Amino acid sequence: MENERKLTIARAMAEAMAQEMRLDPTVFVMGEDIAQLGGVFGNTRGLADEFGTDRVRDTPISETGFISAAVGAAMDGMRPVVELMFVDFFGVCFDAIYNLMAKNIYFSGGNVRVPMVLMTSTGGGYSDAGQHSQCLYGSFAHLPGMKVVSPSNAYDAKGLMTAAIRDNSPVIYMFHKGLQGMGWLGTEAAANVHVPEDAYEVEIGKAAITREGTDVTIVSIAMGVHHALKAAKVLEAEGISAEVVDLRSLVPLDRDTVRASVRKTGRLIVVDEDYHSYGVSGEIIATVCEAGDITLKAAPRRIAYPDVPIPYARGMEQFCLPNPEKVAAAAREVCRTTVSA
Amino acid sequence: MNPSKQTLGWMYQTMVTSRIFETTIEKIYMEGKSPVFNMANGPIPGEMHLSNGQEPVAVGVCAHLGPEDIVTATHRPHHQAIAKGVDLDRMTAEIFGKATGLSGGRGGHMHLFDPAVNFACAGIIAQGMGPAVGAALSRKMQNKPGVAIAFIGEGAANQGAFHEAMNLAAVWKLPMICVIEDNAWGISVAKAAATSVTRNDVRAAAYGIPGHYVAGNDPWKIYEVAGQAIARARAGDGPTLIEVETYRLAGHFMGDAEGYRPKGEKDGLFAKDPIPAMRKRLEADGTFTAAELDAMQAIADATVQAAIRFARDSAEPRPEDALTAVFA
Repeated sequence: MENERKLTIARAMAEAMAQEMRLDPTVFVMGEDIAQLGGVFGNTRGLADEFGTDRVRDTPISETGFISAAVGAAMDGMRPVVELMFVDFFGVCFDAIYNLMAKNIYFSGGNVRVPMVLMTSTGGGYSDAGQHSQCLYGSFAHLPGMKVVSPSNAYDAKGLMTAAIRDNSPVIYMFHKGLQGMGWLGTEAAANVHVPEDAYEVEIGKAAITREGTDVTIVSIAMGVHHALKAAKVLEAEGISAEVVDLRSLVPLDRDTVRASVRKTGRLIVVDEDYHSYGVSGEIIATVCEAGDITLKAAPRRIAYPDVPIPYARGMEQFCLPNPEKVAAAAREVCRTTVSA
Repeated sequence: MNPSKQTLGWMYQTMVTSRIFETTIEKIYMEGKSPVFNMANGPIPGEMHLSNGQEPVAVGVCAHLGPEDIVTATHRPHHQAIAKGVDLDRMTAEIFGKATGLSGGRGGHMHLFDPAVNFACAGIIAQGMGPAVGAALSRKMQNKPGVAIAFIGEGAANQGAFHEAMNLAAVWKLPMICVIEDNAWGISVAKAAATSVTRNDVRAAAYGIPGHYVAGNDPWKIYEVAGQAIARARAGDGPTLIEVETYRLAGHFMGDAEGYRPKGEKDGLFAKDPIPAMRKRLEADGTFTAAELDAMQAIADATVQAAIRFARDSAEPRPEDALTAVFA
């Protein structure tokens, strides 16, 4: 195991794109600063050198223009991978994303395909304030017509990217900046894991049990999975056995895996760096409640971002963000509580 | 560049087909909507944007296109769809919301997709610009033939999407042409009240590309200017911006009282109706006899009536099919 090749998420994403580009001449990449610079977050590094700037093309700062162009190219037989540098920039191009990309398959009655990937960075924690730090998982997952994935580690990052490029429907590929392995952003070392060299797919819509446990289920995605794993380690020493579910995909949502885990543990915590209300955390709790055959031993809890824009000052931002301590504290509480039958 | 006799015949017959289609749809749309007008009632519910008067733009441009070329159209798409060769039976069924429609009733009249002839339209202003640019990029990257035409209205030239897409088409030198149908009105707001320049073709200078303005809703002139732009695009010389003066003989949508129009404007427009004008010229210059033109009209009428019958006779979609075709 020591000799196994480990990659960062950024390199795993680039490797998946490169392998698909070698296989399929219709795959191309476009976005702002993705060619010679290799992407602000490193996820297209090396592609322009290998494939040239025709297939790895820098765009003007025109998100509406190039995302809606990707829709047209995808409908015409290409497989564009497009980067929206920060997910926060969705505000200038959501018509292209939601009224075109997400609806054209349906409005054509399934007669056109829109095989495109929109990759976009999420997450904060480094004082970039509220126009460069959001996750917006729930905003994208709420709207029908787009698959939504977000990896927590490099293995999933490569497999999900490969699956996304091969999918005939649009996929929103959300990568958390704090997991990219970019030194200047600070990084979560546990995201860098062994990545096989050969191409492989991680099925979109399939969650993973990242850690098995019996007392409480902690459901999360992307950075939240690492908070959950760190909390689980602390809890283990205290005699609490936590199971960690990495959703990996929000659309389609693997409700079965979530329910099976909570059936076993009887307790649920959702960790979500996206806003608290009307989002992923509420959807996961509803998923468990609607199953009808799950008796919870304690009220479900969510550790999510409070319903405020993301502040700049370090102390303020860190106060708002989920972290392992908050997750562990919630787990202790739910495990202390027992609903009498 | 003059259209051949055969092309002129196609242009005239297609314009007439479009007009008969619109006037027929207009009547059917009102079924179930009187005495009280409720958009939700009748065999054709929802909004209805008719293209009466704007037919010369569609035929003058599409006369140069084949099925492999791409057209993106607007919320007012019928004339362009007909000129592009969209399956009229299935298009009509879609407008009726039937199972046999182009998308099985999911889209309706603002969302017509016929991939067999590379036609798509969309309901939001300037929304077709980017997809046309992307399709043109696809052809250029794959070294495949084909040009992409984005038809928009004059109001769409004030959308950000217009600017972004035109710049992208120009900076990448793509085989894309933007054709602006200037019908003088953005719903109720006059062009002069909404647009900082009197003619949008001057905006081509902002992208370093050719711009042309065609006055008079004239099929011959539109054919000529569009032909030059399309030949230029096919030769790899990049995009062109064309604005065409045209007339909206109907309201913005059905039910529009058009109180914003100056008194007498509609009468003046009907006096310039491009279809009788074209017929007159074709007869006067001896291109076609009255009998030949009548025969074209009869074919157009039969084509439309067959499409209407197909739509009326088709089954409603199963309601639960609303849950399908979200993903490919």
